[in-house]
Amino acid sequence: MSLCSSLSSRPRSRLISRARWLLAALVVATVALTTPSPATAAPFEDAVALFAAGSFSDSATAVGELETSGHPRALAIVKALQDGRLFADEASKAVFIKDEAGKTVNAVTGEPATMPAEANVVRLNNRLRRRVEAALGSLTLLSPDPATRIAAAQAVYKSRDPAALPMVEAALQKETNSAAKSALNAARAAIVLFKPDASEADKLAAVATVKARGDQDALALLSSLPGDVPRAVAESANSAMATIKSRLALWSMVQDAWYGLSLGSVLLLAAIGLAITFGVMGVINMAHGEMVMIGAYTTFVVQDIIRTSYPSMFDYSLLIALPLAFLVAAMIGILIERTVIRFLYGRPLETLLATWGLSLILQQAVRTAFGPNNREVGNPSWMSGAFDLGQISITYNRLWILCFALAIFVVLLAVLRFTRLGLEMRAVTQNRRMAASMGIATARIDALTFGLGSGIAGIAGVALSQIDNVSPNLGQSYIIDSFMVVVFGGVGNLWGTLVGAFSLGIANKFLEPFAGAVLGKIAILVLIILFIQKRPRGLFALKGRAVEA
Amino acid sequence: MTAFPLTQKLERSATVFLAVVAAAGILLPLLNLLLPDSSPLHVPTYLISLFGKYVCYAILALSIDLVWGYCGILSLGHGAFFALGGYAMGMYLMRQIGPRGVYANPILPDFMVFLNWKSLPWYWQGFDMFWFAAIMVLLVPGLLAFCFGWLAFRSRVTGVYFSIITQAMTYALLLAFFRNDFGFGGNNGLTDFKDILGFSLQADGTRAALFAASCLALALGFLICRSVVNSKLGKVLLAIRDAESRTRFLGYRVESYKLFVFTLSACLAGVAGALYVPQVGIINPSEFAPGNSIEAVIWVAVGGRGTLIGAALGAFAVNYAKTMFTSGALAPYWLFLLGALFVFVTLLLPKGLLGTFYAWWDNRVARRGANAPSTNNAEDPAYFADDAVKPHMAE
Repeated sequence: MSLCSSLSSRPRSRLISRARWLLAALVVATVALTTPSPATAAPFEDAVALFAAGSFSDSATAVGELETSGHPRALAIVKALQDGRLFADEASKAVFIKDEAGKTVNAVTGEPATMPAEANVVRLNNRLRRRVEAALGSLTLLSPDPATRIAAAQAVYKSRDPAALPMVEAALQKETNSAAKSALNAARAAIVLFKPDASEADKLAAVATVKARGDQDALALLSSLPGDVPRAVAESANSAMATIKSRLALWSMVQDAWYGLSLGSVLLLAAIGLAITFGVMGVINMAHGEMVMIGAYTTFVVQDIIRTSYPSMFDYSLLIALPLAFLVAAMIGILIERTVIRFLYGRPLETLLATWGLSLILQQAVRTAFGPNNREVGNPSWMSGAFDLGQISITYNRLWILCFALAIFVVLLAVLRFTRLGLEMRAVTQNRRMAASMGIATARIDALTFGLGSGIAGIAGVALSQIDNVSPNLGQSYIIDSFMVVVFGGVGNLWGTLVGAFSLGIANKFLEPFAGAVLGKIAILVLIILFIQKRPRGLFALKGRAVEA
Repeated sequence: MTAFPLTQKLERSATVFLAVVAAAGILLPLLNLLLPDSSPLHVPTYLISLFGKYVCYAILALSIDLVWGYCGILSLGHGAFFALGGYAMGMYLMRQIGPRGVYANPILPDFMVFLNWKSLPWYWQGFDMFWFAAIMVLLVPGLLAFCFGWLAFRSRVTGVYFSIITQAMTYALLLAFFRNDFGFGGNNGLTDFKDILGFSLQADGTRAALFAASCLALALGFLICRSVVNSKLGKVLLAIRDAESRTRFLGYRVESYKLFVFTLSACLAGVAGALYVPQVGIINPSEFAPGNSIEAVIWVAVGGRGTLIGAALGAFAVNYAKTMFTSGALAPYWLFLLGALFVFVTLLLPKGLLGTFYAWWDNRVARRGANAPSTNNAEDPAYFADDAVKPHMAE
């Protein structure tokens, strides 16, 4: 498990490694000043002088010589060539580098020098540019920074430049970092496979190395092998390809499963509050999504205050927002229950319409207060980034949300099972009149239950603000999905909600590769509609004697 | 059933309603076409189109009231039937454009040329003929409602479960119609229509005729719904609404009754959509949005569910208010008002405007000491007396 988020995103890693090349060039330059190595000096100087010859082929030869020279100045020169900062004077055969600040140094010695006026930029064509890139790849193999070395090894792996082989082998000798070592090994194998004069045994070993790497790049490499490789190598390459393919298929299944779990956790978060209000109380709360939205906006307000007043506390913003979101959403929920819903018990269709009206009011209220656009909610540092697990990359925020959803589920289960409130809630659900006769204040329990369900939705909003746009429409996008989860899982049973959320999430993600995102979703909706035919009360239906709910 | 005062009153209200619809359908177009622009009685064309839209909404409200008010089935997916009827009409109008499109392709609509399609998909065949499109306007929503209802009612999916899956149905259709490769113009839908049956859609005369046709459809729809609810079948529907299990135990095949009325209602909604599209000039997937269907339900609730006239009036009233609000400086407050309307009507006015008026009228008649015995009639809101006393939750 390497914690390099930079590797997961190519463009970013390229930027970083550019910056590091410069750094490396500086380091190398200072080393060059202190320890000149006379043994390589003469051929190195000749090679550099070739840049002054003015032809592309001479420049290419020079780059090749520099690549294998092992001279500490080589990297700086090739880099300057790539950036168009290398100047050559044909008359004196002297070569100069102009740095970013506009100062010129002698390319060979690295000492400040004045450039003659007639010196010209050493020009590049596309062939030479490719050559330069390959050379840079092998030159940075010796960089002190492991990430740069890995990036360089990747570049060599892609370019498969035979000239880089000695450098790769030299780097392998010195390499201590295991990730860099495996990258170098793969690079070496790639070169050997495409080198016409490598021995069969070497090539077989190379196939084995590539096979061990086992990713999409390895597959591409093996499938583009030239036709003239020995039979044994071709056969072993074919079997390696088959192995890699099946392994990749397995990984893509693991990936789908992970995405499914992640989607399932989002659905669970959105639906679990609904499981309380709809499942336990039988109240159709169409304003449930708005409770989620209010939780998300509470997070926004908390972060806004922290940003302006206590920037150092930013990493704790979610922890502060959690109880606040619960309180705000629960208060609004209780208010709704006391003013509207309690008059509508036993009239589910009317409840549905009234709460839909409330959801419109809440949405418009938030739109008036915060504006119709998306608001910025940031990820704290412990929630950003990703790590690689085998061939898949797992982002921390998705992982945290999965854990968080499960934690809420467990806590809610415990509240229902072990607390007095939970006991009274269950009693009221099972037999309202009997509970009332036993001295339970059913009206109070109704209000608290609704508050609990709404508060949980608010907490879900804190989590969902991390992965979704915080806008007044946030809640609307979840309401149909959450109802589907509760209806599918079965009303009145939290376990049903858990199973429903994860099976819908996983089914959705496994359908996506075949049908595409939208058709997958449609297929899921159709499947649920058909499923309800078979089991009108969901997967985990409560059994009872009531003829009609 | 002629001698009872209640029946008399109802017949009177039905007559008044029909007379108003007929008068509007004839007078407004005439005032638009015959009077010069300068005359104070001249009705501008934009008003004709606006009222035409309201009339279509009234037909949709009528169809929802038929299933919800008289059979207790709350469908949150009637917007889908409305939109499907609209798409069927839109496809006909698209084919009428012919070579006048931007790409001047005589067969393919512009969006298909744009997507580089070579030939017309099979489900677009035949829509160049008006009679075929007219059949499809009834058939497509009807068939969908029949299949959906058959699955749902047979396994006794009732109450809020039915509401939620109808909402899922319209949501699934929304997603499907947003796709370009679904063949209905994707996000943009169907628009840029030129003419209908050879008459230009921009002409005042065509618009007036469409308005008159909508009024005619409203009147016919009203008569059909009224004859259904006043028939013996209508009595069974009421029985199903008020005590479904008891009706089943009495030997009625509840699901067949429900299926019939649900399919009929979907066809009516399809007609409303088909008349709506040429008057507004566009049909796009947003018509499938679940919010639209719920909004249509509130028209019925405001007017009074279980009163056909009330449903139509509710559609007029709410949409008129919507136009007034959203076109002025008060636009941001419209959603507050609409939301409040949902809450207010369900809490304080469960019978709707017309239902409350009927109840008040009945009381007055009773207080006057009329010795006529009270009879229950289909349009008698006393039927709704107390659904609040039904037991709370499953126990």
